[in-house]
Amino acid sequence: MSKKVLFGLLTMMLVFALILVGCGEQDTPQAEEEAAAEEAPAEESVAGGFMIPEVVDGKFNIAMVLIGPHDDGGWSQAHYEGLMYVAENMDNVNTAYVELVPEGADSEQVTRSLARKGFDLIFTTSFGYMDATETVAEEFPDQMFIHVSGYKSNGSNFGNLMGAMEDMKYLAGVIAGARAHQDGQTKMGYMATFPIPEELRLGNAFALGMKEFCPECTMDVRWINTWHDPVIEKEAAASLFDSGAYVVFTGADTPAPADVATERGDVYGITYDWSGSCTAERCLTAPYWNWGSVYLQIAEGTRDGTYTAGWHYFDADSGGLGLYGFMEGQELTPGMQDLDPEVIAYVEETLAQMLAGEFDRFDVFAGPIMDNQGNIVVPEGEKMVQADLDQFPPGAEGLECTYCMYWWADGVTAELPE
Amino acid sequence: MDILVILQAGVASGTVLLFATLGEILSERSGVMNLGVEGMMLVGAMSAYSIAVHLGNPWLGLVVAMLFAGIISQIHAFITITLHADQVVSGLALTFVGTGLSLVLGEGLNKAGTVALLPTLSIPLLEHIPVIGDIFFKNHSIMVYIGYLFIPLTWYFINKTRPGMHLKAVGEFPAAADSQGIKVYRLRYLYVFIGGMLAGLAGGTISLAISPGWFSELTTGGQGWIAVGLVIFAQWNPIRAAAGSYIFGALRRLVLDIQGPTMLLGFANPFFYNPYLGFFLQMIPYAFTIVVLVIGSQEAMRKRIGAPAALGEPYVRGERGK
Repeated sequence: MSKKVLFGLLTMMLVFALILVGCGEQDTPQAEEEAAAEEAPAEESVAGGFMIPEVVDGKFNIAMVLIGPHDDGGWSQAHYEGLMYVAENMDNVNTAYVELVPEGADSEQVTRSLARKGFDLIFTTSFGYMDATETVAEEFPDQMFIHVSGYKSNGSNFGNLMGAMEDMKYLAGVIAGARAHQDGQTKMGYMATFPIPEELRLGNAFALGMKEFCPECTMDVRWINTWHDPVIEKEAAASLFDSGAYVVFTGADTPAPADVATERGDVYGITYDWSGSCTAERCLTAPYWNWGSVYLQIAEGTRDGTYTAGWHYFDADSGGLGLYGFMEGQELTPGMQDLDPEVIAYVEETLAQMLAGEFDRFDVFAGPIMDNQGNIVVPEGEKMVQADLDQFPPGAEGLECTYCMYWWADGVTAELPE
Repeated sequence: MDILVILQAGVASGTVLLFATLGEILSERSGVMNLGVEGMMLVGAMSAYSIAVHLGNPWLGLVVAMLFAGIISQIHAFITITLHADQVVSGLALTFVGTGLSLVLGEGLNKAGTVALLPTLSIPLLEHIPVIGDIFFKNHSIMVYIGYLFIPLTWYFINKTRPGMHLKAVGEFPAAADSQGIKVYRLRYLYVFIGGMLAGLAGGTISLAISPGWFSELTTGGQGWIAVGLVIFAQWNPIRAAAGSYIFGALRRLVLDIQGPTMLLGFANPFFYNPYLGFFLQMIPYAFTIVVLVIGSQEAMRKRIGAPAALGEPYVRGERGK
């Protein structure tokens, strides 16, 4: 009996294989004709388990590598929507993306496959894609590679791109501190991803904001060792709330803090990255990215040959940053409506200055700044420079820093290893 | 850092491991090792959430999750029981099948919006017991309480009932069981199916109760593999499996909460002063799984820890038994 079954199975597999081979032979010339004639995005190919999209001849081809799903409700979705903005606002352009690409070797393979397909401009959107992007950019000198976050560039076709999210994190900290102060609470929670300069910078900006209206406030930190893991992010939010945090904010990708806060009902969460992420009832606000206009500028500049790869770091006046509840067409969230009007006025005023270009990241990190050990990090009258914002001491070669981002601001209950 | 809170959270997230581990124990007791737990859990998590979103009933979601995961487990049953193929290879393949299937069918599910979840409740009277009540009987999902019932039931079934004896016989000495008129193939199919259903239940417990939502393969995050390791650690005993599940559940929260206090047991807390150390804690369940699987794959060691004698051996009727 078992022999019969085996034989049947083999026959089925053979038939199936024949059908596949037959179809394949017919399909190949057809697909080529179609691609040439209609410019339709043709069939996709596979590299290391990832579907690599095709370029469209005659168009300007842009690809994006995402670490999460394109609809993660956070970081990756913000990038994806930026890409869609470019697709809508630029003529004769073809856009494509590959999602859920792990950092490291996989990202290098995917980026190289995209380059080999002939994409003119490739955005890689996670910190850990940095070295992979650098390697591939060297192999394909005629194509442009833009790495988001990180700190490297080769000055010709491998550019670094990041925005001053610290501006918005600072304002979110102001709101969170004021909220806690008004409700008789004193503790904040920060769900941090990896001990890298970016995460320290954003956490410190929040802590500086928190102190504006709540000098008695402190901030707990939980390292979660991931950019995108919805389950761990929820556990970390729960851990912070259980330890007494009243407002929890995140450096990771999903709206977990607001979701968990809503489950609890008597605390607040602050989401991050995406303008649509602050929908839960107990979401206080969300600092978010508007990649669209920045990406459009880079894409057009690359096509014209006017964009130079380097360290492209934009502030709020570029339109690339937002704070949920305060931007055009938005309303204050329920958690902000009964806040002291003085606080709301302060946030609105500072935000207006930021958007006008009168208040930037160096004003957020202007002295005097105290660390949580009681030392003065930046003395009165001094400001940090770019290398201080994104470098650990002593700083990468050519990017040496004086003050450096290796300290926790006053009020943060956490330590960094020696 | 509050130990009570950590243990309470541990019991909740350990319930997922509990269902998956109990299912794998039943399957392995019948002689079939199924390494496809992770894939079946994903199928369960996806289908439970999908049904709850589209039909609005989480209980129906759980039933469908169990059926769907049970059905795909039968691929493994057919390949290993009827075709006598290698159980390790087939189980690994089942993981890929389940993962791929759940990713394709679950496309777009994560932004489906709010969904009816399984209820959370406290057990009257029992919740007021100091410590024990706080950890086990307060503000838990109903799945946690169902998990408590499964532990003694599974133990009693395996050790004290007639069908349980047949199950053990099939896993220990299938040729002898066959000669006594026990239908070896049929029982092995059945217990692989039950193992699949419990893995599906574990998946549904994640997506509808413990960490609600569908987050592609991150939903399970390797917990299916930990369950496979726990089975060996538990020496195929449901009670030990429960203890292991809850301990590993608690470890998930401990990794986070231990970063909080500056002092630990009277000493400066190393996890507070060095955030990198936490990553080692996070690694423990996975490292443990590897170690246990290596130990469990050695013949001499398997005898000592009481592995079912015919585990991993295809049974071919009429061939010399061993």
